[in-house]
Amino acid sequence: VDQLLQHIVNALILGGTYALLGIGLTLIFGIMRVVNFTHGELYAFGAYMMYLWVMLAGANFYLALLLAVLLGVALGALIELVLLRRLAGADIDTTMLVMIGAWIAMQNLEQFTWSGVAKSINTPFSSTPLVLGPISVSWNRLFVFVVASALIIATHALINRSKLGKAMRATFQDRETAALMGVQIHRVHTATFAIGSGLAAAAGALLGPVFVAYPSMGDLASLKAFAVVILGGLGSIPGATIGGFILAFMEELGAGYVSSGFRDGMGFLLIIGILLLKPTGLFAQRERIG
Amino acid sequence: VKRLSTLALWAVLLSVPWWLSSLYVLHVLIMTGIFMIAAMSLNLLLGYTGQLSLGHVAFFGIGAYTSSLVSLGFTVHLLPNWAVTLEPKPVWFGMLMGILMAALCGWVIGKISFKVRGAYFVIVSVSFAEVVRLVALNWLELTQGPMALNNIPVLRLGVPGSFEFAFLRKPANYYLVLLVGSLAYLLIARLVHSRAGRAMIALRENEPLAASVGIDVTRYLVLATLVSAGIAGAAGTLYAHYVRIVDPDVFSFIYTVTMVIMVISGGKGTLLGPIVGGLIFGLLPEVLRAFSIQPELQWVIYGVLMILIVYFLPAGIVPAVRHGWRGEKAAAPPTAAATPAGVR
Repeated sequence: VDQLLQHIVNALILGGTYALLGIGLTLIFGIMRVVNFTHGELYAFGAYMMYLWVMLAGANFYLALLLAVLLGVALGALIELVLLRRLAGADIDTTMLVMIGAWIAMQNLEQFTWSGVAKSINTPFSSTPLVLGPISVSWNRLFVFVVASALIIATHALINRSKLGKAMRATFQDRETAALMGVQIHRVHTATFAIGSGLAAAAGALLGPVFVAYPSMGDLASLKAFAVVILGGLGSIPGATIGGFILAFMEELGAGYVSSGFRDGMGFLLIIGILLLKPTGLFAQRERIG
Repeated sequence: VKRLSTLALWAVLLSVPWWLSSLYVLHVLIMTGIFMIAAMSLNLLLGYTGQLSLGHVAFFGIGAYTSSLVSLGFTVHLLPNWAVTLEPKPVWFGMLMGILMAALCGWVIGKISFKVRGAYFVIVSVSFAEVVRLVALNWLELTQGPMALNNIPVLRLGVPGSFEFAFLRKPANYYLVLLVGSLAYLLIARLVHSRAGRAMIALRENEPLAASVGIDVTRYLVLATLVSAGIAGAAGTLYAHYVRIVDPDVFSFIYTVTMVIMVISGGKGTLLGPIVGGLIFGLLPEVLRAFSIQPELQWVIYGVLMILIVYFLPAGIVPAVRHGWRGEKAAAPPTAAATPAGVR
């Protein structure tokens, strides 16, 4: 039972960052109809920015985190403006191919810039973990969980309360009608992609110091984000939030009780299972064929 | 004229090992040919049914692993005290099994995943390839995991002992790849010009309309996946018995991307597209290496080229050239067909 409790706590902490990744991806797909293959590269970008500011520039850890997220937002806006703006109205396969091209270029540029050697990032947290009875949690992971939860809540508030959020929801429901009602679709797209990218960069910046930063870290992040999004239903933000936690639980329990080699495979088994049983995902209402 | 140029092309293709002195270049041609076959099989799905399979390398790898394992033999414990042993079998039999196994996987994946389309199918296919890679990496008893399968035998034909021919040297392998490639080309050409092929194109263009005139959409999609997976598996078996070492890296996503680039640059939905695209992107790494460009930058160039092709040649090289050639000949004004097909 103690072991199970520990697994549950680990899963909760990991789930927060998976949810961050998933929300960004599902936001971009729901509003822009773009399958964002660069999502994982934004995640890696966040981790490398932490490395750059903390380890190379010697900046304050919290300041570096803020900078990493803001730079992720800026990079996302840049990708949207340069690559996607001119493809507005193109079919989904065309944008997908462009995003795959961008993904390959970005990942190899990362490898070229930072070399293939994994980089570790120092944190200001004490290395003695917080022990609560049978459970122990490192302070760093606790911090990750708190920040991730705050970002998830902030995103929900942004979508549901702000004016920009209203424009995003309107675009999600019906792009043409929203445009007729005076919503600046282009600006909504740029904002959406920037926010989604910022969330991915935040996830990378948070997890980079927990693990290490390496060039292909984005691949797994992308695939996990896809798993989370399929689980919750494409375009559903509550779905992505819960999907993130479900994936983390499956991984923790799979790694703990089956085989640690299959930890990263759980997500894919989950996707295949979901598509067999309930192809619309757990939380999407709309029909997905068409 | 067309007949003559076809004959000339065949003469060139068949005579390559005679006038090409560099064995290294021949090796590059063999590898390019193997990936061209894989790209041709991807084109059947991507170009003719319009479904983007980003897990295509899974079929390639399954073909390679199955063929190697059947010809090497193996013992696995499915339960702690229940082992299954397979004695080594002849290589041609292994290759056949590799193709069948890949086709079977294609059929299963098609059955499962064509409940969904578009973005969902893409993600399912990626996930499938990743699961297969993890199995290859972790099922040590069967696949040796990262230690790789070594000393894979080469293909031998004929009667053992008396008259036997081994595909050991590069020219022999070149002809083997050429033969399999031609067969794959013929099979795909026959298929897309048949009733089934017209059904596939119909559902690529307008699925609800195709369904409404009575085309069984899922059946044709599954058929296309089965054939496509089988051909990709054939390419995988050629790879295994030519390179003679197979490790989980054959499932690398980058191979799928290479195939996708070959298809879209050459022209998806054309028979010649994957061949032209395959030739360009099979030889490009060697050209870039000659300019001593690092591999990371080579992939950056690939990525950027892919984006540029989608922007400026959305239909691919073959349709663009064909269009330009016809346009010049007839001096016809540009028609509606000149609008990029990819941007609708």
